[in-house]
Amino acid sequence: MSDCLLSRRTVLCGLGASSLGGCKVLDGLSEPDHRLRQFMARANDLTLAMQRGVLDRGALAAEFSPADIRQPMRPNGFTNPQDSEYLALKSTDFEAYRLKIGGLVERPLSLSLADLRNMPARRQITRHDCVEGWSCIAEWTGVPLSHVLGSAMVRSNARYVVFHCFDTIERSLSGGVKYYESIDLVDAHHPQTILAWGMNGADLPVPNGAPLRVRVERQLGYKMAKYIRAIELVDDFSMLGRGRGGFWEDRGYEWYAGI
Amino acid sequence: MNVPEPIRPLIRRHTLITRITHWTWAICLFFLLLTGLQIFNAHPVLYWGDQSGFAFDNSVLRLAPFPQWATIPSGVDLATGRVIHFFFAWVFVATLMIWLLGALFSGHLFQDLMLRACHWRQLLPDARDHVLFRFKHSARYGPLQRLSYAAVLFGLFPLMILTGLAMSPGMNAAQPWLPEMFGGRQSARTLHFFAASGLAGFFVLHVVMVLLAGPLNEMRAIVTGWYRPDTEEMGDV
Repeated sequence: MSDCLLSRRTVLCGLGASSLGGCKVLDGLSEPDHRLRQFMARANDLTLAMQRGVLDRGALAAEFSPADIRQPMRPNGFTNPQDSEYLALKSTDFEAYRLKIGGLVERPLSLSLADLRNMPARRQITRHDCVEGWSCIAEWTGVPLSHVLGSAMVRSNARYVVFHCFDTIERSLSGGVKYYESIDLVDAHHPQTILAWGMNGADLPVPNGAPLRVRVERQLGYKMAKYIRAIELVDDFSMLGRGRGGFWEDRGYEWYAGI
Repeated sequence: MNVPEPIRPLIRRHTLITRITHWTWAICLFFLLLTGLQIFNAHPVLYWGDQSGFAFDNSVLRLAPFPQWATIPSGVDLATGRVIHFFFAWVFVATLMIWLLGALFSGHLFQDLMLRACHWRQLLPDARDHVLFRFKHSARYGPLQRLSYAAVLFGLFPLMILTGLAMSPGMNAAQPWLPEMFGGRQSARTLHFFAASGLAGFFVLHVVMVLLAGPLNEMRAIVTGWYRPDTEEMGDV
C-alpha cells in the first residue's frame, strides 16, 4: 500500500516538476533558506507593494454588528502559558503587570493595566482570520497603538514595532522560545491597530492573550501577538529570533500576512 | 461508395501566445491545485457566511485531509504551501492578462471563443457527436469547445482570482465589496474550493477529449501551432 502511494506521488511530482529536478527539490522547498523558495517568496513582496501602493493603505477592516458575535472567540496558538513570571502576574489579576515600551523612543514607558485602560479606548467588532483558513467574529476593546507610540515619542529612524511576549511557545534543548512578532509603522499607526485589554464586553481572557494582545485587523491571526510583555521600536529585526521578524516567520510563514 | 478523404494540409491553428499561456496555465494549475490541497488540509472544513461556525453549524462540507501524495509539499507544511501557492497565483494572473490582451488584438477572442447564433444552434448536435465519440477536426473550435473554453476563461478563472482575493484580510479592508459579493469570507473560501474542483474536472475532461480526438494532431497543434483538419468546414459555419 505504501509502495503504491509512493509511486503515485512520484508520478504526480514527476509530471509537474521534472523541470525542477523532481520530488526532492520540491520537498527541499520546505527549507526556509532554499534559494528557489526565497525567489518564490518574493511574490509576497509584490502582494505587499500592491496592497500598500495601489490600494488605500489607510482603509479600515470591515466592522460587524453585535448580532454577528455568534460564538466565543476561538483561541489559537498557545492558550495557557505556564511561565512562572506570567503565572505570578496572573495570580494577582495582573495588578503588578507593566507594559514596557522601549527601543527607539524618546520616552521609554512602563504602563500598568490601569494606565492602559485610562487611555482613550477603541471598540471594534471585527473578523479574525486564521492562517489555517477559519474566521471568527469578536468585539475587541483597547487603546490604539498609535496613542501609546505617540506618548513614547517614536524616533524618526524607527521602522518596526516588535512585540515580546510571556508565553514560551517552543521548548528545545537550547531553552525555551517566547513568542515574538513585528509589524511596520503603517500598520502600527492604523486606527484599528489596538492594544486590546477587553474582548466581547469582558476582560481579555487568558486563552485569548490576557492581559494584553495586539489587533492588526488587516493581517492574519499570527501577527496579533498575545500575552504582550514589552514593545520595542527597532530599525530592523535581523537580531530578532532567526531574523525573519516573528516566531512563525522564522518557521517559514510570510512576514506580511495581509493575504 | 466511400471515397477516402484526401489528406488536408496543415494549418496554423494556435498563436504563440495561445501556446505559451496554455502551458503556463497547465504548470500553474498543477502547483496551485496541489498547494491548494495543502492549504485546505490545515482546516478541511468549508463554511457559508463571514465566519466559521464552531459554536453553531454553518458548514457546507467536511472532508478528511487529502493524502500526502496529493499535496505540495508532500508533508504537512502550510507555510511552504502558501509560498508556492501565492507565487503561482501571481504567475497565473499575469498569464491571464497577457492572454487577454493577445486574444483581443489577434481577434482570437471574437473569432474562436464567442458563441454565435450558429454555434448555439449546433450545440446539442455537437454534444451528441461528442457522446458518440464522433470528433470533427475543423479549422476553428466547435460549439462545445467554445462553450467549455469560454466557461473556463471567463467563468472559472475570474472566479478563482476573485474568491482568492476575497480571502485576503488586507484586500478585504480596501475592497469590502469583494467578500460581500460572495456572501462573506468563508463563502468565498468555499467557492474557491468548488471552482478549483471545477477546474480539476475540466482538466480531466480536456485530457480525455485530446486523447479521443487524436492526441498527436492535438498535441502538435498546441506545441507547434500546426494542425491538420479533416474537413473543409471552418467550424463556425
